[in-house]
Amino acid sequence: MGALGVLIFIVLICLCAPLYAHYWAHVNPFSSNISGRIFINGHWRSVIQSNSTGYGESPIGPTWHINNYFLGADSQGRDVFARLLYGGRDSLLIGTASALICVFFATISGLAAGYFGGVIDWIVSRMLDITWAFPVYLLAISLSVILVTAGFSVGPIHVQAGSLLLPIIIIALIYVPYVARPLRGIVMTLKEREFIQAAIGSGASDWRILRKEILPNVAPSIIVFFPLMVAFNMLTESALSFLGVGVQPPNASWGTIINDGLELLYTRPWVAMAPGLMIVITAGALNLLGDGFRDAFDPKAKLRGSI
Amino acid sequence: MPDSPILSVQDLQVTFATRQGPLRAVDGLSFDVAPKEVVGIVGESGSGKSVSMYSVLGLVRDANVQINGSVKFQGREILGLSDQEMQPIRGGEIGMIFQDPMTALTPVYTVGWQIAEQLRAHSGMTKQQARERAIELLGEVGIPDPRKRVDRYPHEFSGGMRQRVVIAMALSCNPKLLIADEPTTALDVTTQAQILDLMLKLQDSYNSSIVIITHDMGVIAEMAHKVVVMYAGRPAEIGPEIDVVRNPRHPYTWGLLGAVPRVESRNDRLTTIPGNAVSPLDIPEGCAFADRCEYRMDICTKRPQLKGTNSHLDACWLSDEQRLTIRSKAVR
Amino acid sequence: MLSFSLRRILSAVLVLFAISIAVFLIFFATPGVDPAARIAGRSASPATLAHVRAAFGLNRPIFIRYLLMMDHLFIKRDLTSYVNVGLKVVPQVLKAAPITLALVSGAAVIWLVVGIFGGIIAAANRGKFIDPLVMFIGIAAVSVPAYWLGEVVNLITQSRLHSSLFSWVPSGGYTPFTQNPWQWALHLLFPWLTLAALYAGIYARVLRAELVNAMNEDYVRTARAKGLSERRILIRHALRCSLVSIVSLFGLDFGALIGGAALLTEVVFGLQGVGMLTYTALQNLDLPVIMACVLYGSFFVVLANAVVDILYAFLDPRVRVA
Ligand SMILES: Nc1ncnc2c1ncn2[C@@H]1O[C@H](COP(=O)(O)OP(=O)(O)OP(=O)(O)O)[C@@H](O)[C@H]1O
Ligand code: SF4
Ligand SMILES: [Mg+2]
Repeated sequence: MGALGVLIFIVLICLCAPLYAHYWAHVNPFSSNISGRIFINGHWRSVIQSNSTGYGESPIGPTWHINNYFLGADSQGRDVFARLLYGGRDSLLIGTASALICVFFATISGLAAGYFGGVIDWIVSRMLDITWAFPVYLLAISLSVILVTAGFSVGPIHVQAGSLLLPIIIIALIYVPYVARPLRGIVMTLKEREFIQAAIGSGASDWRILRKEILPNVAPSIIVFFPLMVAFNMLTESALSFLGVGVQPPNASWGTIINDGLELLYTRPWVAMAPGLMIVITAGALNLLGDGFRDAFDPKAKLRGSI
Repeated sequence: MPDSPILSVQDLQVTFATRQGPLRAVDGLSFDVAPKEVVGIVGESGSGKSVSMYSVLGLVRDANVQINGSVKFQGREILGLSDQEMQPIRGGEIGMIFQDPMTALTPVYTVGWQIAEQLRAHSGMTKQQARERAIELLGEVGIPDPRKRVDRYPHEFSGGMRQRVVIAMALSCNPKLLIADEPTTALDVTTQAQILDLMLKLQDSYNSSIVIITHDMGVIAEMAHKVVVMYAGRPAEIGPEIDVVRNPRHPYTWGLLGAVPRVESRNDRLTTIPGNAVSPLDIPEGCAFADRCEYRMDICTKRPQLKGTNSHLDACWLSDEQRLTIRSKAVR
Repeated sequence: MLSFSLRRILSAVLVLFAISIAVFLIFFATPGVDPAARIAGRSASPATLAHVRAAFGLNRPIFIRYLLMMDHLFIKRDLTSYVNVGLKVVPQVLKAAPITLALVSGAAVIWLVVGIFGGIIAAANRGKFIDPLVMFIGIAAVSVPAYWLGEVVNLITQSRLHSSLFSWVPSGGYTPFTQNPWQWALHLLFPWLTLAALYAGIYARVLRAELVNAMNEDYVRTARAKGLSERRILIRHALRCSLVSIVSLFGLDFGALIGGAALLTEVVFGLQGVGMLTYTALQNLDLPVIMACVLYGSFFVVLANAVVDILYAFLDPRVRVA
């Protein structure tokens, strides 16, 4: 329950960021503000200051004033706190959207393979095997390298370079086997059960059986998997963004902000620490939620090993 | 007393706290087992037979269980002992055979290893001695070529063979009492007969007492000296086998026996009592059998106590005359 | 057993083949992308482009292109980087591999010990406060982005507490074992711990769930009825049976990490392993290197999977016959 509360809170403050962050931060979180000055504690200070050593310059550190560079600025002079809220939107969006797509395809392939068996099962299983055997990050990286900076077009579909759709689709696809495998197993055992056999015997169409008998019975597992997948996907997104092959500027996600903060790690650690903490809290809440769902809906559901 | 009981169960109560409320799996079960005696427990599925015997050995592992009453083994109270205190009793003094031989053995160890493990837990045997004894035991329970089979894994055995292994294990430390929970239900007919014969033979040579749980009145008639009939967790009738089978007193027992056309045939299951077994979640205040009883009276809303003459007891409000008339009509 | 192993290895080879095709397709047949431009790197001269086209047969049928690619990678092993001109790719991968191996193996030891221990402690203390505590730590561990944890560790050991508590921590990089075993371990200590944290969390959670399931199995009841101690039941029976799934999980994870999933840890701690190689290549869009790394990685994953399946058969007698 606590987990759900935390989650709703994070989702709300991030989703609503455009409504209020602007008024707080007074600056656009996406455009650099290198020469900006702010008025704080009765003094005007530059957002980017020269270092006391005389070499180079650093952005301002946390002011702990909610409406003025609460967590300080990044090297472009942008308000980290405002970016954090906006970045959360993209992180959550990618995590959720890719989990939805992933679960959708996994359900289709898992159900088809488990229910029809035969050739369909063989093809789906082999495809799953191969994706499974790929190191997940490397697969994601390969796809991202090719696609993210150039975009792609298949027939009528054109996806622009740097579009958020690319990481969403890539992350969704690489995790399909993780969900499809257990679902396929569940369907295969379901199919042997009496009520399904009875439905098959009564001459009901496959489509009807899948929809009316099988789907309701795998739904609890899907519900359990969903929050876990969102957490998984968020972590993957942040890793890809950290590597520079996930979310592309001008968009920001928690992963890209951590990346931005890497060079400031020892001088302005909050730039990298804050988004990391947000990821930990969000993913932790999602994992707890998944555990709770598991206890409530389907104690036997297993995604990976026993997780 | 020369024949002080080996096992004495007094007013055993087992209640599970479930989401739907308290579930009384066993409610007020009392009986004694004398040395060398074979006691049969019968009752429909869900009547609390397994749970009551697991409770005796402290094998009910559920955070939501509440067990009350008294279980004395050779005069010593063993209910509520810690696992550590129970260790020498389990397997050493009381052996247990389980309902489903397919899952009763650990899949990753050879059967010989598993028998030897028990031997070594209760005696100072070396590995080699335990192995030799395990081979002997496998031979005794009728496994052909035991020297070769001892190194096989459970999945390489059929159900009947596995049950023999479990029996060999249960008997390995010469227990004074053997508890057998439906040892033959999962097996085919011929194997059933063999296993029962085997148990009787071994009981004879090891001088142990047996509590055997079954659905099958035929098994009772063949093996048991004493019968406990359970319904919805409560004892409905208790008595010497001859009395209960020849002269049953409780309407539920009538139903059970009526389902067995001839007492000699052992393979008919007790399934043909009209109505369904009462849900253990809402057992009536009064007689638990009332919903299915043809002879229900007004007083049956009060709970009948176990009573009777000598050692033949039953829990029913019917008077002796009523029973006589009903029985004479039914038998004709 | 032997025929089982052979069959498993054969299928591994088939999967590798399929993966090489998949990698090839991703890099050479993605719609709307010119592979020559990608391979040659940013701002390549027309001459280089032409050279790339010829070397990879980009104007020839697709399956010839595939064969040429495999030839460069495995037979001639002369695939060269066009970004760092003249650098042979395959030797680089081979040079980086021992570092990755050292990182992952050490971490694996830590996470197995911690994870298994944690799982057992939690399962043995079900219903007491220690179980939810261990599980909560486990959830925290699986929710932390590994690279970020590495940065936190760096921040603490290299900067904030470097002058006091952690003055003994070397500043990143790698010292070969053969050169100085002590420095080797010292350099790898925090990378090991960082990498192990996530997996220790996963393994503790998985093992606890497996153990709790196993403790409800019939054979555990039998073991208890035999008069064995609770500890023996948990370790010799429940744990032994749960080990089967831990081993298969371990194989997958170990393979994936060797195969490149340790990349984030390597980057954060400046270890020049295969992951770092991939990362640098990524920064420069050095496609031949990325491709080699991906193939190298999948090779290890597939190999690990095959080894796991064979080990599985050793651990679980029921699989052997099949
Ligand atoms: N752990 C538990 N939690 C809740 N209820 C339980 C538990 N174990 C058993 N019960 C309930 O206790 C009742 C008695 O079960 P028990 O296994 O003793 O029946 P049984 O007489 O052995 O039946 P069968 O002939 O099918 O073996 C059943 O209603 C069962 O659902
Ligand atoms: S007490 Fe009443 S309801 Fe119960 S068995 Fe006897 S007659 Fe039937
Ligand atoms: Mg039972």
